[in-house]
Amino acid sequence: MDVDKIRKDFPILDNIVYLDSAATSQRPASVIESINKFYKDQNSNVARGLYQLAEEATFEYEQVRKKTSKFISSNENEVIFTKNTTEAINLVMRGYGEKFIKKEDKIVVTMLEHHSNFVPWQELAKRTGAKFEVVGLTPEGNLDEADLVQKLKGANLFAFSAASNVLGTMPDLKRLCKLAKDAGAISLVDAAQYAPSHKISVKEFGCDFLTFSGHKMLSPFGVGVLYGKEELLESMDPFLYGSEMIRTVTSQKSDWNTSPHKFESGTPNVAAVIGLGVALDYLNNLEMENITSYTQSLSAYMYSRLNELDFIHVLGPEKRTGLVSFTIDKVHPHDIAAILNEDKVCVRSGHHCAMPLHEYLGIPASTRASIYFYNKKSEIDQLIVSLEKVKKLFG
Amino acid sequence: MEEISQEFIIELYKHPQNFGTIEDAQYKAQIYNTTCGDAITIFIKVKDGIIEDAKFMGKGCAISQASSSLFTGFLIGKKLDELKNIDKDEVLKLLKIDLSKNPTRMKCALLPLDAMRKALNFE
Repeated sequence: MDVDKIRKDFPILDNIVYLDSAATSQRPASVIESINKFYKDQNSNVARGLYQLAEEATFEYEQVRKKTSKFISSNENEVIFTKNTTEAINLVMRGYGEKFIKKEDKIVVTMLEHHSNFVPWQELAKRTGAKFEVVGLTPEGNLDEADLVQKLKGANLFAFSAASNVLGTMPDLKRLCKLAKDAGAISLVDAAQYAPSHKISVKEFGCDFLTFSGHKMLSPFGVGVLYGKEELLESMDPFLYGSEMIRTVTSQKSDWNTSPHKFESGTPNVAAVIGLGVALDYLNNLEMENITSYTQSLSAYMYSRLNELDFIHVLGPEKRTGLVSFTIDKVHPHDIAAILNEDKVCVRSGHHCAMPLHEYLGIPASTRASIYFYNKKSEIDQLIVSLEKVKKLFG
Repeated sequence: MEEISQEFIIELYKHPQNFGTIEDAQYKAQIYNTTCGDAITIFIKVKDGIIEDAKFMGKGCAISQASSSLFTGFLIGKKLDELKNIDKDEVLKLLKIDLSKNPTRMKCALLPLDAMRKALNFE
């Protein structure tokens, strides 16, 4: 990986030390230009107009679906474009959960979850009367094996994250999907933190649903992806009702289109989808294997540098995705982020949309530094220098 | 150097003023900062229409702790009916820092004001 060359595509990085890619990645020039180009030369609505321009927009839009399905090794009609991961999970909650989950059923999630993969299931349990159970963690921050096996017994739906946005924990995906299957549960993988830097093969994972957001992997804001197994998608109810999702509408009744259109009601964010296609090209060009190995090694460097500082308490296990969350005794995470900001070091502070996890860890909030393939070792070194300054100020 | 590193803010964070509870306070309210999960509780004791004592409890960042220290101190001795007119500018004057381009930190700074308004049913 020639990071210096890559950084020429991300001029925004020239003036800042951006360590918040887990919140949203930066976008390469090609993605930004593609949006401009779409509105300038190709703009029209999709799946509606019959004139050349509209046909082209529809063609481009569907090409991205094709590209996405190849990216995750699925069939084309198993790729649904949503607004983001949250919407994708809500689609499954409403379309599958409300139709099939019953009072005597059990929904299982883990303590690692982001609110977007926690709250919808908690709410589904409330609405259906189903049981809602949360798999606990080991002191290192991995899933507690005994608790996992116990809670999956009799489960009907198991939703879990492929990489934790706070601890960085990466559970064994394939195994979790198999455990869910053996228990007779439908599995949903939240791959929002995983997809930007790891190869996805839904066939190999054996999951029933998988979701991720474009904006964490070079795409514009406003496009996310839901993968669902074809037979499941066909059995589900629509999530949003209106245009595009119908086959016929009479004044008495309507019937539904097939997947994916059944789930894409209303005019989508066409430009964002076009941008997602360009982002996938960029990632494919670098090759996911290279991105994985580079981000893993940079993440390991960040983990070990932070661990060297005696005033830093690193959260989570050693094996992790490209982020490290930590606390400093008697210094509030907000203040850490504010002082780092004075050195133009951008990190996240707060509960990172994972309040149950922070409560479980017994801390109100933490500070998180996250990297992507465009970050360099020297930026981690700057983070360390700035953290030493925090320590000095607060003594 | 920017706002947060100002010595008096960090000093107030390390050694907050008016920190604690008032057992016989007539007015009290807890308020949450949804961005970080911090919470503070304000206690206001009134005698003959005058704020006799004001304290706060809770954990938070340097800005919210400093702001709560200064704001409770500012309240003591004020007339109860004066409090309705206190707005965010008064709080920012006490803190002497510019948070106009920092909406997230602004919330931290205004936490004690929001708590006072809630305690006195001003909303």
